[in-house]
Amino acid sequence: MKLPKEPASSEVTAESLYVRRREFIKNAALFAGTTTAVGAGLIYLASGGKADSPESPASEPPKAVTAPPDPRAELAPLRGRFDTDEPMTPFKDVTTYNNFYEFGVDKSDPSENAHTLRPRPWSVSLEGEIKKPQKVDVDALTKWFPLEQRVYRMRCVEAWSMVIPWLGFPLAELIKRLEPTSRAKYVAFTTLLDSAQMPGQRRGILDWPYVEGLRIDEAMNPLVLLAVGLYGKELPNQNGAPIRLVVPWKYGFKGIKSIVRIQFVEKQPRTTWNLAAPHEYGFYANVNPEVDHPRWSQATERRIGEFRRRKTLPFNGYGEQVASLYSGMDLRANF
Amino acid sequence: MWKGPLPWLKPAVFVGSLFPVFRLGAAAARGELGANPIATALNQLGLLTLTFLIAALACTPLKLVFGWTWPIRIRRMLGLFAFFYASLHFLTYAGLDQVLDLKAIFADITKRPFIAVGFAAFVLLVPLAATSTDAMVRRLGYVRWKRLHRLAYLAAILGVIHFVWRVKKDVSQPVAYGAVLAVLLSTRVVAYFWKRLKQRVSRGIPATMAAGETETRSGS
Repeated sequence: MKLPKEPASSEVTAESLYVRRREFIKNAALFAGTTTAVGAGLIYLASGGKADSPESPASEPPKAVTAPPDPRAELAPLRGRFDTDEPMTPFKDVTTYNNFYEFGVDKSDPSENAHTLRPRPWSVSLEGEIKKPQKVDVDALTKWFPLEQRVYRMRCVEAWSMVIPWLGFPLAELIKRLEPTSRAKYVAFTTLLDSAQMPGQRRGILDWPYVEGLRIDEAMNPLVLLAVGLYGKELPNQNGAPIRLVVPWKYGFKGIKSIVRIQFVEKQPRTTWNLAAPHEYGFYANVNPEVDHPRWSQATERRIGEFRRRKTLPFNGYGEQVASLYSGMDLRANF
Repeated sequence: MWKGPLPWLKPAVFVGSLFPVFRLGAAAARGELGANPIATALNQLGLLTLTFLIAALACTPLKLVFGWTWPIRIRRMLGLFAFFYASLHFLTYAGLDQVLDLKAIFADITKRPFIAVGFAAFVLLVPLAATSTDAMVRRLGYVRWKRLHRLAYLAAILGVIHFVWRVKKDVSQPVAYGAVLAVLLSTRVVAYFWKRLKQRVSRGIPATMAAGETETRSGS
């Protein structure tokens, strides 16, 4: 048998170098490991304790990205007298940047978690001071009235805003049909209470179920919409399926989602955010650049998709239609 | 940098600490920061600032409790990264969120406690960053330098308050940061009194008397 030729002494690594090389590799490995651990740990903490960024394609529900090919072209003929002609906020932003604490407190949580909501079958209980209290299936309710397209500004109390093409019917039409009694001074709305469908309700962040309300004359204003869709489609779960309130001159939190009860009452209802922080969120919650939130300014807002902040308009620009509702009222005291 | 025991430690922490800013920059360039990118950037930079502040304040307690000395060697770097991310956080707020509207920024700082405490925390970090070099330690003298750098505690406490006031309702995250900070600060307080007690005992003074004497002293 032939042994391989011994290498020349010049090719043999000196022992000292060999040891140093081993140490170098060890240090390089420790360097790489520590760098990765530090970097990954920081990124985890910076994203608020989430394993990945909210925008990772994997975590996005496929449903949320299927906007109609050119919504503007499709919806243009439907634009009516209350519609704004400002550019609409992209469907993707409208359906992935939401406050819906029933599915988590981060803006991306509702679009990621709202798949547990079952919007059908769904009934809405119409109660209180009306001629004939009843429970009605949401699809039956929707067929009582022709659906309308409304392109409204939406101003969140957190100083950002959107322009959204809603699909729905005026709340006033429903109220007329229900024939409220003279004792019906307010309308109260309640969201579904079911922590199996709305996992965020397992945490006592707010006093569940979510309740919102309007004075009856506010509720009768033709701007108020019960929406069942947006961008010409059924409401996505994260936007409040199957039926939600839209009150464009008030901060977004007044627009209660996934409604199961509409109640006509004599006394002002105890509404959720008002109960949670009475000095920060009033019952009226009219958009008002003059009255700041105690912790931040309401004078300006960022329109989603825009870089520069824009001035916030009184009543979110709907003063012409609604300012008379509040004549003689101190809007600083009744914020 | 590549010196002494654990030569890889400092470079590794340095490079790792830069990851988030590169990632944020890349995500911003690709338009992947969501519907409200400025708010996302502000949140991330704020969280990073608080993380580094707390990490820097964890070095001494780690030594006190576990006897580890390696965290002390990266403490200055952690503190400077806290300042780095705090500066980016403030610049994002002033430059991008408010688009350098000085009137609005001034109104925010003077009228809104939430902004005011955050700004105060940032201002407190400036002298600390400025005196972070060995030369400055020598110039100030160690005792004075150390006293000055206790402002880091205050900055971290203000940072947590800033975070608590920022959230609309769910304070679980700010409270978690606050709890870690509270543990770190109380470790030092406990260690301080423990050390004094031990000194007394080793000099043959009973512990009860030692405690009594401390009281008289502080009263005088």
